[in-house]
Amino acid sequence: MRYVSQPVKKLDGMPIVKGKPLYTNDLAPNDCLIVLALRSPYAYARIKSIDTSKAMLVKGVACVLTYKDVPHVRFTNAGQTYPECSAYDRLILDEYVRYIGDEVALVAASNEKAALQALKMIKVEYEVLEPLLDYKKAADNPVIVHNYDDYFTHYPSFNSDNKRNIVVDGVEEHGDVDKEMAESDVIAEGEYEIQAQEQCMMETFRTYTYLDHMNRLVVVSSTQVPFHVRRSLARALQIPQSRIRVVKPRIGGGFGAKQTIVSEYYPAIVTLKTGKAAKMLYTRKEAFTCSNSRHQMTIKVRVGADKEGHIKAIELDTLSNQGAYGEHGTTTIGLSGHKSIPLYNQANAHRFKYRGVYTNTMPAAAFRGYGATQGQFALESTVNKLANMLNMDPIEIREKNMLQMGEIMPAYYNEPLNSSALDRCIQRGREMIGWDEKYPCREISPTKVRAVGMAISMQGSGISNVDTAGAEIKLNDDGYYTLKIGATDMGTGCDTSMTQIAAETLLADMDQFIVAGVDTDISPFDPGSYASSTTYVTGMAVYNAACDLKNKIITAGAKMLYPDRYLDDSDKVNTKKFYFDGTRVMEVATGRFISIHDIAVHCAGSSDGNYLNGSGFYSSPVSPPPLMAGFVEIELDKETGQFDIIDYVGVVDCGTIINSNITRGQTEGGICQGIGLAMYEDVQYDKKGRMMTDSFMQYKIPNRVDVKKIRVEFESSYEPTGPYGAKSIGEIVVNTPAPAIADAVYNACGVRCTSLPITPEKVMMGMLKNKMEQEK
Amino acid sequence: MLIHIYINGQKTKIHCQPDAMLLDVLRDAGCKSVKCGCDTTNCGLCTVWLDGKPVLSCSVPAARVNERHVTTLEGVQDEAEKFGSYLVAEGAEQCGFCSPGLIMNVIAMKKELDHPTDDEIRHYLEGNLCRCTGYMGQMRAIRNYMEVEA
Amino acid sequence: MFTIREYAMPESLEEAYTILKSRKGNQILGGCAWLRLGKKRINIAVDLSKCGLDYIREDEERIEIGAMTSYRSVETSDILHGYFNGVIADSVSSIIGTQFRNTVTVGGSVYGRFGFSDFLTPLLALDTTVVLYKKGSVPLEDFMNMPYEKDIIEKVVIAKDGRKASYQMFRNSRADFPVLNLAVSKAADGSFRVTVGARGPKAVRAEKTAAYLTEQLASENGNMDDMIKEAGRLLVNEVKFTDNMRASAEYRKILSGVLLGKAVREVEAC
Repeated sequence: MRYVSQPVKKLDGMPIVKGKPLYTNDLAPNDCLIVLALRSPYAYARIKSIDTSKAMLVKGVACVLTYKDVPHVRFTNAGQTYPECSAYDRLILDEYVRYIGDEVALVAASNEKAALQALKMIKVEYEVLEPLLDYKKAADNPVIVHNYDDYFTHYPSFNSDNKRNIVVDGVEEHGDVDKEMAESDVIAEGEYEIQAQEQCMMETFRTYTYLDHMNRLVVVSSTQVPFHVRRSLARALQIPQSRIRVVKPRIGGGFGAKQTIVSEYYPAIVTLKTGKAAKMLYTRKEAFTCSNSRHQMTIKVRVGADKEGHIKAIELDTLSNQGAYGEHGTTTIGLSGHKSIPLYNQANAHRFKYRGVYTNTMPAAAFRGYGATQGQFALESTVNKLANMLNMDPIEIREKNMLQMGEIMPAYYNEPLNSSALDRCIQRGREMIGWDEKYPCREISPTKVRAVGMAISMQGSGISNVDTAGAEIKLNDDGYYTLKIGATDMGTGCDTSMTQIAAETLLADMDQFIVAGVDTDISPFDPGSYASSTTYVTGMAVYNAACDLKNKIITAGAKMLYPDRYLDDSDKVNTKKFYFDGTRVMEVATGRFISIHDIAVHCAGSSDGNYLNGSGFYSSPVSPPPLMAGFVEIELDKETGQFDIIDYVGVVDCGTIINSNITRGQTEGGICQGIGLAMYEDVQYDKKGRMMTDSFMQYKIPNRVDVKKIRVEFESSYEPTGPYGAKSIGEIVVNTPAPAIADAVYNACGVRCTSLPITPEKVMMGMLKNKMEQEK
Repeated sequence: MLIHIYINGQKTKIHCQPDAMLLDVLRDAGCKSVKCGCDTTNCGLCTVWLDGKPVLSCSVPAARVNERHVTTLEGVQDEAEKFGSYLVAEGAEQCGFCSPGLIMNVIAMKKELDHPTDDEIRHYLEGNLCRCTGYMGQMRAIRNYMEVEA
Repeated sequence: MFTIREYAMPESLEEAYTILKSRKGNQILGGCAWLRLGKKRINIAVDLSKCGLDYIREDEERIEIGAMTSYRSVETSDILHGYFNGVIADSVSSIIGTQFRNTVTVGGSVYGRFGFSDFLTPLLALDTTVVLYKKGSVPLEDFMNMPYEKDIIEKVVIAKDGRKASYQMFRNSRADFPVLNLAVSKAADGSFRVTVGARGPKAVRAEKTAAYLTEQLASENGNMDDMIKEAGRLLVNEVKFTDNMRASAEYRKILSGVLLGKAVREVEAC
C-alpha cells in the first residue's frame, strides 16, 4: 500500500520542531483577562461566608465570582457521550468544597499580579468538616461527600447512592465460580494496590474564551473532547449549545486527562459575565493537585486451576477510589474486569465484583488504560504467581489459557475475538528478550542478579455501540482535498493517520490534503480522541467518507465524459464501468478519461457543476481488542533492593499498522509511562488530605537515564471491522510493565510486590522479611 | 525597570518588573517557542541559551540578563530545521510541547561534546522530560543527527 | 509568589554588602533556581553577577570556588577533577540536568544548606571553609550550623591536603533528590572522615565511625568485611536518620551501611 503501514511523517512535524506558535497559550490574545481560582485549603468544608468586596477593589480586577454567581444546575465534567455514564455531581462553584484544591472562587484581572493579589483579599469563613480520606472506609461512612438531593445519574443500573458515598456497585457472574474453585487443585490469590498515577502531559490544562461578533462564546482549549466541552458548557452555563463554538489547536499531550473538562468552565463564565476575553492556565501544581488522575484501586484476585495449569475460574473484586467527584467512575472500574478476565478466556467461570466510592481526595478520571491497567496488574501478577505455584513457565500457562481467535468472550460483553496474533507476540517477545536462556534469573556478581518477567495485555478499540464518528472530505476547486474530522490530534498524530487512510482510499498523494483543525462549528461530530477509538472508529468514518467521495468523483467524471448519456442528476452512473486512479476518471472499456483537476474545476465553477463532498459515519457493535506481550529484564542489587531495567520488549498486535512511526512512538511512550507507574510515580497525601507529590520535583516521571532501552515490534493481524484491518494502539501499551516488572523482581529476589510503585525500599524490606522468615 | 537584552542577536528594549523571569519576558517579546512546563526546574521546556549556554529561562531573573545575549529556537531556525527533520523522521516530536527545549539543548550539546556516547547524550539531556515518546525515538533522531551532521 | 521591589547589580562586594545591609528585606540572589518556589518578599534583590565571583582557581595550598560559579562549571572543572578523586565535580553531575546546572550557583546552594544537597556532603568530608565577606573564613562544619545571617558568601575554599575521597549516593530515580548520600575521605596521616547527608536533616560528620575506621585501618590485620560491618553499626548509632516522602529511617540505615562499605573500599583502593 502507498500510505497505510508506512512511516509517514506527521503533517504538523516541521512547524512543531521549529517552535511555531501553535498551542493554546501561544494563540491567546494579549488582552485576555487572567483567571485564577481560589482553592480550598481544607479537604472538606462548607463556605459559611465569603466576602469579595476588598478583592474587587484591587486595580485591574474585572470580576470575582463565588458559588452565588453560578447556575445551580449540576453536571458532570467527564467527557463522555450523552447520556453520560458519570453522575451529575458538580457545579461550577459550590457552597461545599470537597478536596484540597477544590475551587472556592474565581478572580479575573487584567494581569496575573493583580489577580494574585485579589485572591489574597477574598475573605472566606469555612465550616471545616471532617474529611473522608480512606477509601477503604468510604462506603456507608457517616461522612457523606455528596450530601444533597439533586444528585443525578442517567443509569440506575450503576447502583449509585450518594448518601452512602457509592459511585457504582455491582457484580457480574458467568458460570459456577464456587464449584470451579472447589474443584481446582491450586488457587492463587492476591490483593493488589494501584496508585492514582498522574497523566503529566507536558502542556497543562488551558483555555481562553471570548465573545465573537455574533455574541457567541468561543472557547479555544487544549482538550481531547471539543464536542463534549460544548455540550457540558451549555448545561453548566445554561446557554444553548448553538451559542458555543469550541476550537482545538495543537495540544501538548493528553493521556486522558483532557477527556475531562477541567479548565474550560472558568474563563467561559468570566467571559459571559464580563464580555471580555479571558484565559486560564493551570500551573503544574494545579495540574497535579486540582484536576484528575488514574483511579487508585485495590483489587483482590483469586484464580483457580488444575494441576496441569488449566485455569478454571477467575474472581476479581475491585474497590476504586473515585475521589471527590464522579468523573469516569462508573466506567473505569468496569474495565478492571472486562479487560483483564477475557485474557484467560478458557476459564469456565468468572465473578467480577466492583465498587467505586467517593472520598475527599482529588477526583480520578480517565488515564490511558482506564481501569484495564489496574485490573491487568492484579490478574497478571496472580497468574504469574499461579505459574510459580505450579512450577510452570509463565509463558506456558498463558499458552494454555489465553483467548483465541474466533472465540466469544463472556467477560467482554460476549463479543467475538475476530483477530489475534497474541501467540506470535508472545513467541517473538520470548526470542527478543532471550527468555529461554534467562528465565528466571542469573547471578552476575555476589550482589547483583539479573531476572526476566512477562505479562500479556488487551484493550479495546473504541466503545462498542457508543462511540460514533463523522468524517467529511471535500474536493476543492483546484483538485485538492480538505479532510474534516472531529477526532482530536493531541500529539498522537491522528490528523496524519486519518489523512493516510483518506489518501490510500482516494489513491491521492498526502500533499493533496489539508486537514482542518477541530472546530465544533465546522467539524463533523466526533466524541473526541479517547477509549482507543480514533484509528478504529474515526478511521472507518474517514474510509467511508473517502469511498463516498470516490463514487461521487467517478459519477461526476462519467457525466463529464458523456454529458449526453447522463442528462440529469437522476441518471445513475454505473460506477463499475468507470474507475478512479487518483488522478483521473477512466472508462474501463474505452480508456477515455478526464483528470481530477478538470473535474474539480468543472464541479466548482460550472452551472451544471456539483459540490463534491464525501461524508462518512461509523459506529461499531464491537470493540476489537488489540493484544500485546511485554517482557522485561532487570538487574537487581540485593544489598539495596534497587533495580534497573536492562531491556524492555513489547510486541503488539494492533491489527494493521496505519502509520509505523506513530505506532512505534505510541508503544515506546506507553511502555515508558507504564514503567513510571511500576517503579517511580508515587502519589502521597499527608494526614489532612493535602497531596504532597505536587510537582515534578516530588513526583518523578521516568527520565531518559531511568529508561534506556525499550524495544518494540509488531505482529500484524487483520481486524475485519477496522480500516484496512486496523485496531487501536493508544492505550494497551501502558499495561504490561507493572505486572512484568513485578514478576521480574520476584524472579530476582523472591519478593512479590503487590503495591505500586515497586520502590527499592519495598524490595529491600521484602527481602529482609523473607530472610527473617527463613531463619525462623 | 528598563533593560536591554540581545534576543537572537537583536538588541531589544524591555520594560519589566524587577521580579520578572526571563521566560515570561521572552514570551512577551514574541518568542512563543519558549514553554513553561513545571515551575520547579525539573522539565527543561523553557531551555534557552544565555551567552551560548543552555539555561532554564524560568529561573533566570530578566534583570540579570541585561545587556547579555539570549538565544531561543526562533533564533536558530536553520539548525532547528536540520535536527528537527531527524526528529520528525522518527515521529519523535509527538505532541511537540517539549521539543523546543529539547532542540535547544541538543544543539548546545552538539557544540559542546565531541562524538558523545549514548550515555553521555542521555546525561547531557537528562533535564529534558518528555511524556510522549519514552525517549527512544528522540535518541534515534539524536544519534542520526550527530552522525550525519557531524 | 515571590516579589522583588528593586533589582541591584553592584560591581563590588563592598557595594553589594552596603546595599544588603541598607534595609530590611534586602537579599542576595544566588542561582535563583528555586526563587519562584518561595513566597519571599524581597525589597532590594542584590545580584552578584558583576562582582567577579565566577571562578575555580588553585594555588599551592588550596582550591577556591567563587560563589557565582555554576554547578556546571564545577562538574566540568579540570582542577576539581584533579583532586580528591574528582568527588566534588562528580557530586553535582547527576543533579536534574545540564540547563539546571548551568543556572544554579555554588554560593546559593551552600547558603541554602539543604538537607538533600549532593554538593555539601563531600565538601564536608574535606577541609572546606566558607569565606564570608564580613565574617571572614568559617569552617564549613560550623557554617552548616550557623543561623542564616545577612552576609555574603564570597567563595568556598578547599585545602589541598592530599585526601583521598569517595562520594556515594542513592536515588530512587535518576533525577530525584538522593535518598541518602555519604562521603568518606582519608588524609595522608591515615585519619578518616565520614559525612552523611540526605538523611532527613542536613549533612553531618560521623566522628566515631571515622575514628573507628582510622584506628582499624591503621593496623593491617583486620578483616575488611567485618570492619565495614562494625563501622556501619557505629554509623547508625551515631547519626540520626528520619522518615520522609522518599524513604523510611529504617531503609536509610540499611543504605548507610552499604554506601559506607562502597566508599571505604574505594578510598582504600586508591
